[in-house]
Amino acid sequence: MLGYIIRRAMFSLVTIFLVSILSFAIIQLPPGDYVDSYIAQLQATGTPVSEAEAENLRARYGLDEPFVVQYGLWMRQVLRGNLGTSMQWQRPVREVIGDRLALTVVVSLAALVFTWMIALPIGIFSAVRQYSIADYIATTIGFMGLAVPNFLFALVIMYIGWSVFGLNVGGLFSAEYELQGWSFGKFVNLLTHLPVPAIVLGTAATAQGIRVLRNNLLDELRKPYVVTARAKGLSETRLILKYPVRVALNPLASTIGYMLPFIVSGSVIVSIVLSLPTVGPVLLTSLVSQDMFLAGAIVLLLGVMTIIGTFLSDMILLLIDPRIRMEE
Amino acid sequence: MANEETPLLSVRDLQTHFYTDEGLVRAVDGVSFDIHRGKTLGIVGESGCGKSVTARSLMRIIDPPGRIIGGSILLRQERNDGSGQIDEIEIAELSDTGQDIRNIRGEVIGLVFQEPMTSFSPVHTIGNQIVEAIQLHRSMDDRQARERAVELLTMVGVSRPEERLDELPFQMSGGLRQRAMIAMALACEPDLLIADEPTTALDVTTQSQILELMQDLQEQTGMAIMLITHNLGVIAEMADDVVVMYLGQVVEKGTVDEIFYAPKHPYTKALLRSIPNIYQPSRVELPTITGSIPHPYNRPSGCPFHPRCPDYMPGTCDVDQPQTVTSKTGQEVRCFLYTEGAVRVDGSGNSEKEERQWSHTS
Repeated sequence: MLGYIIRRAMFSLVTIFLVSILSFAIIQLPPGDYVDSYIAQLQATGTPVSEAEAENLRARYGLDEPFVVQYGLWMRQVLRGNLGTSMQWQRPVREVIGDRLALTVVVSLAALVFTWMIALPIGIFSAVRQYSIADYIATTIGFMGLAVPNFLFALVIMYIGWSVFGLNVGGLFSAEYELQGWSFGKFVNLLTHLPVPAIVLGTAATAQGIRVLRNNLLDELRKPYVVTARAKGLSETRLILKYPVRVALNPLASTIGYMLPFIVSGSVIVSIVLSLPTVGPVLLTSLVSQDMFLAGAIVLLLGVMTIIGTFLSDMILLLIDPRIRMEE
Repeated sequence: MANEETPLLSVRDLQTHFYTDEGLVRAVDGVSFDIHRGKTLGIVGESGCGKSVTARSLMRIIDPPGRIIGGSILLRQERNDGSGQIDEIEIAELSDTGQDIRNIRGEVIGLVFQEPMTSFSPVHTIGNQIVEAIQLHRSMDDRQARERAVELLTMVGVSRPEERLDELPFQMSGGLRQRAMIAMALACEPDLLIADEPTTALDVTTQSQILELMQDLQEQTGMAIMLITHNLGVIAEMADDVVVMYLGQVVEKGTVDEIFYAPKHPYTKALLRSIPNIYQPSRVELPTITGSIPHPYNRPSGCPFHPRCPDYMPGTCDVDQPQTVTSKTGQEVRCFLYTEGAVRVDGSGNSEKEERQWSHTS
């Protein structure tokens, strides 16, 4: 079993290395560089930039070096824990995304909690009572949740919140707390703002979770071991929770790999619509302005999170599924 | 099949139907039989004739859209207080999720079925699942229940029972798993063990071991066994009484000797003919029953067996349902060949002597 864990960890390290090359290459792909878009920006506002100034800027960021050298320089910094300086913000990358990262994790975790609080009971219920009216209702709502784009849903909720309840939805803080440092009041304020983004971000995942759980469980409910358990005289509730639900949850553990990057990046479009101070919008603007250190840091972070998530879900499966544990 | 003792379980005119989108399936359609303490009742028939549904009806574990729509399943139990008083429980009328039926499952009726590979939960240890079966009906703490589980595994011939308890189903062979399954079914010393094709998925050597084990356990505990199989060899070895089913109906019922040496129903005769015989000349095609079981949504009119029957009488068999007739010895058959007044068109009919032995019951 230890060998299995070490092997998995090694694979993860190799994959992280490949991901770092790939994310750096992708950021370099669009024609031009940050200096080009910077000059274009300045010229648009009427400030001419001379060739010499442009060359200076390029030399300062190492943009005139070949790809391999640029990658090497970048990696050396990253390995020392220095993600570089954002060209656009003129501040260290860590400062730019640090606060937002924390808030993103809070919002995404809230969305996850919402997702599973709703998806677990409804998924189990609609499998156990397959083809009942409640199942049809859950299925219909589920498909709608899956089909309606999140940002549209966000707009609708914002409109309803504003027109019906007179709320100022959007953002994670009320105006008076926006610029303050952390305090208990600000924390409570954050909590009151969390439900809307959590619901908006979690709806599609909830719908999907209901479908996946329902289908997994329907497969399991027909297995002979369920009949065996019933024939022992076990009550229906205990039986379903102990056996088929337990087995049906296994495949869900493997989706954790995809949840972690989602927790970090959040949803870009929904974050913009709801004006959430999360990482998503920063990623978008950094890509548009070719702020390569900022974009590179975020893309690398997402890649690493996916790999860590996959590693974690392997480990969780190892814990909960004795069949994997024993094969080693 | 004469037996003076009152049966443990009496099934009368049981009807279990499935209401599917495609139509109504009469999986069990008027089945009657008795199960006696200490005896083995064999139920035999082709796949899809309603054997398993009958068994599951007795425990009320039929999956929807199946439902018991008629008939009675009477369970007779001696009262615990030593008064010798017999309590009668009508299983067909219990709620299928209520406490009453759950007290019967596992405690009075144990179930073993054919897939030893999948009848245990793959992610719980054998011990966990057996201990659970014990604790559901006996107030034992974990340590006592575990000791009892070790005792059970020893009883069914599992070596190193202590270690086996902590193993997962996939670590055991099919034969071992089936032994563990029997141990679990016997955890609370049930009065009746329902074995639904217990040996179908096992190799021949293991099959005979499991059958022997069941016979030994029956001698020790005096439990009744209801053995469901399509293997006539197993029936010959194990059963005291035999019920032959076809399309949800009992077509013939008798003692094991009657069924094997004096079969009456054309279907029983055909089943027996299709057993390979070691003395028959080689390279001769085995006799088969012509045709196959009709589609459940497309049930033949009259006697359900008539399209495949070698003794088919047009105008009789395809029009009316035959009634069950009983011989003096108690052998029952459901066929127009044995009902009075039925005349075969080709004039051959049954000999007068045989005809007189049979009389109407229903």
